[in-house]
Amino acid sequence: MSAAALPRGGVDLRRALRALLPAVSLVLVLGAIAWLNPRVISYFGFTLMLNYAVPIALATVAQMFTMTCNDIDLSIGAFVGFVCCITATYLNDNPLLGVALLVVCVAAYAGLGALIHARSLPAIVVTLGMSFVWQGLSILLLPKPGGHAPMWLQTLMSARPPYIPMPILASALIAAVAWFGLMRTSYGAILRGSGGNATAIARAGWSLLSARAMLFGLAGLFGVFSGMALVGITRAADAHLGDGYTLLSIAGVILGGGEFVGGVVSPIGAVIGALTLTLASTQLLGFLRIPPDWQVAANGAILIIVLAARVAIGERGKRR
Amino acid sequence: MSPLAAALRRFPWALSFVGAGAVWLGAIAYTGGQGAGGMLTTALSLAVFTVIVGLGQMFVITLGPGNIDLSLPANIGLASAVAMKTMESGGVAFGLLAAIGCGLAVGGANYLLIWALRIPPIIATLSSSFIIHSIDIAYGRGLQIKPPPGFADFTNIQVAGVPLLAILVGLFTLAAGVLLSRTVYGRSVLAIGQNERAAHFAGVKVEPIRFATYALCGGLAGLDGALLAGYFRGANVDIGDEYQLLSIAVVVIGGTSVAGGKANVPGVWGGALFLVLLQTMLNTYGVSAGLRLLLTGVIIVAVIAAAGGEKPGR
Repeated sequence: MSAAALPRGGVDLRRALRALLPAVSLVLVLGAIAWLNPRVISYFGFTLMLNYAVPIALATVAQMFTMTCNDIDLSIGAFVGFVCCITATYLNDNPLLGVALLVVCVAAYAGLGALIHARSLPAIVVTLGMSFVWQGLSILLLPKPGGHAPMWLQTLMSARPPYIPMPILASALIAAVAWFGLMRTSYGAILRGSGGNATAIARAGWSLLSARAMLFGLAGLFGVFSGMALVGITRAADAHLGDGYTLLSIAGVILGGGEFVGGVVSPIGAVIGALTLTLASTQLLGFLRIPPDWQVAANGAILIIVLAARVAIGERGKRR
Repeated sequence: MSPLAAALRRFPWALSFVGAGAVWLGAIAYTGGQGAGGMLTTALSLAVFTVIVGLGQMFVITLGPGNIDLSLPANIGLASAVAMKTMESGGVAFGLLAAIGCGLAVGGANYLLIWALRIPPIIATLSSSFIIHSIDIAYGRGLQIKPPPGFADFTNIQVAGVPLLAILVGLFTLAAGVLLSRTVYGRSVLAIGQNERAAHFAGVKVEPIRFATYALCGGLAGLDGALLAGYFRGANVDIGDEYQLLSIAVVVIGGTSVAGGKANVPGVWGGALFLVLLQTMLNTYGVSAGLRLLLTGVIIVAVIAAAGGEKPGR
């Protein structure tokens, strides 16, 4: 396969472009919003506009981990919804049991990664099946919208730190943690290598099985955080709370400069991608007064425009 | 390898039919044999819709890793509205053609996005499905048109307990099998899926073939939308929602390789019957909606895990 071939020279330039494009899209979207409604560029404006950015960023980072080993998780949305249901019921009523259940969820994700590797299964199909499992469990747990988010979680999500709005602070923290873990530690390099050149990693004596399980486990962990953050904002849960997150998370990773194959991911880019999508899909459309019928289409169009920009810059243009 | 495993390797689709049979037996064991025939008739008439889009999805998936069409639900929804509107004014044949044409256009547009923007099909078809969905909402708003009675009846006709549609789609499946294994087009699809570069150097016109395949898949979704609107007596924005998972699941359960280059036509039928009968069985047992979803998911994952995939690095 030639897909893993590295361009000679120019590596830094391509890296720089890859790192810059998500930031440029974010600035463009912010610029458009500021132009349409200058008043929102304030502490409270950002706090409100980026309210949902935290759970979306967490889900995007979760998706990024599965994409690191060339897989896609089509169940992350349903999973986030299920975590919301657990958080609003067990974690609130019986914290010990709630924590235990969430740990089991993360373990289930790691187990899924191990299963996918051991039986060399198509992750798309397995996770599509799992989305039924999570959705079924959510409906069993919470047939009707309800429950109550733990007080400490609500307090945390509505925190108002000085100077910097909470969502921006939280996003920076998420990006820093994911970046350090995946890009700056030696095991992070192994994990990325399992997507870039699995054979080389295996020959070097690393277990691909544990790498897959680790990446899926991390996806589960960030999925759990995402669900908890989401229910901390909404205060009550519903089985369908996370439904849009599958698409948002995949789009966020791609927007942030990640690739579907080759272990090419960018944690900081993914978080910026999530912020851009949150702003573009909720705020910009509202300010532009796009009729509700066409808001979904506008989301699709924004995605296409950003991806077109990627080609225009020539980042992927040469590779075929 | 045991003889059974060897047989399964030669006929990977057999497993899906065995599964379908087992689920059917599981359902009639519960009812004490009552309604066994009726259950099959219903299963056949529902499976047909999954088979049509499943075949399209199969051709797309066979093109190789990453090729997938996630715009099917939106496409089906829009086509169902187009079919109902055009049938009202221009007759059944015109309506069917319009729906297929609409689907072909959506499929073609999908390919153009993939080709022009060089974006992975999964994102391209996802983005386009957003746009199609909006068009459908705007176009089909408050659409309350019933299908012409003749067309609605046609989708429900049974010949000796076998739905006419099932027979027609059965013949169509045979044609799809011939198309895949006996024509230049089908062989090219398989070749691209096995190794795109090699296919290119061997003279296969890769991009036109991909274009044709996405258009074919879209066209089949269009046809499916029209038929669904006839069967359920009216168009609906979310009439195709369940075919996102179903179209992919039947292809994989049926023994088609997700890595591409290896398709399995009869397996699409086996997979569709298996999944429809599974729902029937769970309904017969009277399980709740949540439990039904849970069990469906667990069984799909278990079946796929039991079947196993190819060894990596092949």
